[in-house]
Amino acid sequence: MTTTDPITAITAPDPGTAPISVRREALYFAVRNGKLLVGVTIVTIFLLIGIIGPFLVDRPPMEYVGLPMLPPSTEYWLGTTTFGQDVLAQFVYGVRSTFEVGLLAGGLSALIGMVIGFVAGYRGGLVDEVLNMITNVVLVIPTLAVLLIINAYLGIRSVGMQALFIGLTSWPWVARAIRAQTFSLRSRDFVDLARLSGVGTSRIILREIAPNMSSYLFMTFILLFGSSILIASSLDFIGLGPTDGVSLGLMLNHSNQWSALHLGLWWWFIPPGAAITAIVGALYVANVGLDEVFNPKLREL
Amino acid sequence: MLKLQEVSKVFRVGAFGGKTMTAVDEVSFEVARGEVVSLIGESGSGKSTIGKMVLRLMSAQAGTITFDGDDITKLDKRAYYRKVQGVFQDPFSSYNPIFKADRVFSMIKEVYFPKEDDRVWRDKVASALNDVRLDAGAVTNKFPHQLSGGQLQRLLIARALLLDIDFLVADEITSMLDASTRIDVLNLLADLKLRGLGVLFITHDLALGNYISERTVVLHQGRIVEYGPTEKVFETPEHAYTRKLLASVPQLHRKWEGV
Repeated sequence: MTTTDPITAITAPDPGTAPISVRREALYFAVRNGKLLVGVTIVTIFLLIGIIGPFLVDRPPMEYVGLPMLPPSTEYWLGTTTFGQDVLAQFVYGVRSTFEVGLLAGGLSALIGMVIGFVAGYRGGLVDEVLNMITNVVLVIPTLAVLLIINAYLGIRSVGMQALFIGLTSWPWVARAIRAQTFSLRSRDFVDLARLSGVGTSRIILREIAPNMSSYLFMTFILLFGSSILIASSLDFIGLGPTDGVSLGLMLNHSNQWSALHLGLWWWFIPPGAAITAIVGALYVANVGLDEVFNPKLREL
Repeated sequence: MLKLQEVSKVFRVGAFGGKTMTAVDEVSFEVARGEVVSLIGESGSGKSTIGKMVLRLMSAQAGTITFDGDDITKLDKRAYYRKVQGVFQDPFSSYNPIFKADRVFSMIKEVYFPKEDDRVWRDKVASALNDVRLDAGAVTNKFPHQLSGGQLQRLLIARALLLDIDFLVADEITSMLDASTRIDVLNLLADLKLRGLGVLFITHDLALGNYISERTVVLHQGRIVEYGPTEKVFETPEHAYTRKLLASVPQLHRKWEGV
């Protein structure tokens, strides 16, 4: 029982090595995923329309530029409205502001949701209790009713204000999901090891925990982007949108107000409606594709 | 060097933290320089909790832990981790799976040696790897899943060596390794002892504790039941639990004979 001679070990065999990096693997499956490619292509096309379009269309979107109610022609590609406004000009500016709302509101809610989710999940205890309570309160706020009141008192004048409102109300489910994931990751030994290396809390969250769910965070942003566009369009349509400027939702709202459907002005409401459906649909399809790329169990080989 | 005085840890459990569970109950022991102390106990005996408290990953409810005479809770964390480090049970959970394994070294460099020249640092890493009998070319620039458990645990010991530590908490570092690599890692701990480091060797395996340690602490339900020189604990155990524990060890020359 008291021998002190060191025992010699049998040399362990070298485990098989296959140097594939995680990132390269994701890219490999990404370029081979049909859903992702279709979704990204459609979104990119609309993004380009929104970015470049306004520079190519020389007619201002809200002004009288021709005879009213003209059907599509070589002069007016998408016809004109009851007020002689160019529908194509409205469309390209509308796509632009739709992307603005999506990016701003989606980005803002993703940011708030991530900060609250990470802090609550990593800190735990009282901090978690308080943040979780705030999250639940915001979650049950009836967004539409609040917006009606805000609009009545303050009025939402710009795309930025609208994005701010959507961003401030749509983060709770993100926070909850990220909190749950952080809870499970923070108990892993590599987090303890980072703490033993003298690394601070924020760096542990950003560089140890967040990279482990980067695919999830990315998909969260895509979903928030799509849902923000939908919310903004519905708000615009019921007349709670920005009062200056133009968006796809506002085009639908105006065409509805001026009975475009009864007058047979299909060129006024079909392009914006189709564009919203296409953008949001493509984002969701891309999201399903991304899921397949990041989740090996869903891959079609 | 490291001294625990009546250290206790109580966890709040149940809804609203209404119930309490005492994980560690007034534990006192000491680890001297150049000494390996085994902390032996079954699952749930509180041995890992003690390790985490020594590493300041958890705080103690009562009692004090001192390092070279200073209360560890009053020391600067970065300075403390320069002297005291830990290696954990699961080599695969100790590495962030999406990054390369040698990132544990660059993390040390970023925090403790930000100004060090890259080439000097690479030599330092290579010599630390050499100390744990790893070939730098074979283990650097690899993902954790491309390395074996034994290699990963040795990388973590090399990481601790880079900091020039005085004390290592080895929390069940061999329990997830296969028998052939287990002894390799144990011999490394013996090397550390020769260098003058203090090692707290947490294990549930009596044979390993006997192999490596000068003194042994036997823990049962958060309390110390036996504490003394390893030979004494193993040959003339005083407590009934220790005797039961020793009798339950399967031995090479004994076969199952029916119960």
